[in-house]
Amino acid sequence: TTPLSFTADKDNLSLLKTPEQKVISHNNFYEFGAQKHQPAELAQHFNVDPWQLTVSGECDHPITLDYDDLTSLFPLEERIYRLRCVEAWSMVIPWIGFSLAQLLQKVSPKSSAKYVVFQTLDDAKQMPGQDDRRLGGGITFPYVEGLRIDEAMNPLTLMSVGLYGKTLPPQNGAPIRLVVPWKYGFKSIKSIVSIKLVSKQPKTTWQQLAPNEYGFYANVNPKHDHPRWSQASERRITSGGLFARNRIETQPFNGYGEQVAHLYKGMDLSKFY
Amino acid sequence: MFLTLSSKVFYIKVAIHLAAFLPLLNLYYLAFIDQLGADPVESVINFTGIGAFNLLLLSLSVSPLAKKFKQGYLLQVRRLLGVYAFVYALIHLFNFLAFDLQFAWSLFFNEVVKRPYITIGMLAFVLLTALAVTSINHLKRKMGKSWQQLHNVSYLIVMLVGVHFYWSVKSEIITPLFYLLLATILLGFRYKKLKKLCLSVFIRKKR
Repeated sequence: TTPLSFTADKDNLSLLKTPEQKVISHNNFYEFGAQKHQPAELAQHFNVDPWQLTVSGECDHPITLDYDDLTSLFPLEERIYRLRCVEAWSMVIPWIGFSLAQLLQKVSPKSSAKYVVFQTLDDAKQMPGQDDRRLGGGITFPYVEGLRIDEAMNPLTLMSVGLYGKTLPPQNGAPIRLVVPWKYGFKSIKSIVSIKLVSKQPKTTWQQLAPNEYGFYANVNPKHDHPRWSQASERRITSGGLFARNRIETQPFNGYGEQVAHLYKGMDLSKFY
Repeated sequence: MFLTLSSKVFYIKVAIHLAAFLPLLNLYYLAFIDQLGADPVESVINFTGIGAFNLLLLSLSVSPLAKKFKQGYLLQVRRLLGVYAFVYALIHLFNFLAFDLQFAWSLFFNEVVKRPYITIGMLAFVLLTALAVTSINHLKRKMGKSWQQLHNVSYLIVMLVGVHFYWSVKSEIITPLFYLLLATILLGFRYKKLKKLCLSVFIRKKR
């Protein structure tokens, strides 16, 4: 990882950040193993340069970004966000990146573009979990995620290229990943090679695996439990060992309701979970 | 080296104590100083859960092994393995209550009732507690024939624990399936006994 230049996030300095060492050693990235310590061990030789990210589909000016474009095309800014995992733990992470909206505006979406589909690199040679069912945790690869176009254009939605002042470590989704802070962490797809504008709602990876447990929207919602555990509260991973008193109430939309609740006006969020 | 049977049993028991107890010391020391991964709570819950399951499977392997290799004295270490399985299960449950839920009692009771994998885990724990308590010699003698009937419940417990594990994971089902397979094999050695038990439950004999 190399240092990045960016404008600091001065609005969220009061949030107690998760130590960097924990952010980079506790990862759900099944391409490198389904146990949380595995990606940090198995992703170290992951090659991110050269990289190609194509932005295509229902748009007038599709583009392909290469590795250097990812950090040079747009001015980078720091965003200190809460990250709430569907497994009921959470972190506070200083991401660095740019708004997805900036990137999408660059390709001029057509009016038929209703959804955005993201895809992770498909390369079993580099990602051992992709052709080892045990290591890969039994999900199908390549990993696919999606957003509605208005969610994608929301200013909070971040394309992240770094954290804690430096480029992303491979286990955190280098060279570029999505961060959608009001949704459960699995929406924040890592190591993206394709962003496609489409007209129909895509089937996403976890939704395909267990549609009754993981919906397309996956908005953080303390009132809608995962069928197998409660989502009403969470454990915030900061410093302190076993005795850290870190269980806190989960906020609707992970506390970002002011910025995003209007996107779901009139929708039954227990049906569209 | 020649060892008498009682000293063989003694050494095996010492080995079991060391193998079961020392990892716990190491685990809680690392968790306490925050060196057990990023989320020590998840780590201690998983470690003690898997540990309890391993010990349960070991205790169920004793009698098939003793029979196969004609080493009857092995039966004398079975209780120790079973009691350690209980101790691990107790710590597993305590980890969940104390470090994960942080003594949010209402959430705890809610989860036990509402989440099938926790419900059957809890059921397995209650049954295991009954076995641990009645493993005291004095009670064993007092109970006579019904002691064996009660301790046959261990076959049910191991399957409950297997399902508890299987239902608790998100998608990584291979490890729990492997454990369920091991449990099924161990029950397979008791095929005749289990068949008889099932029949006696479903068909009440006329006197």
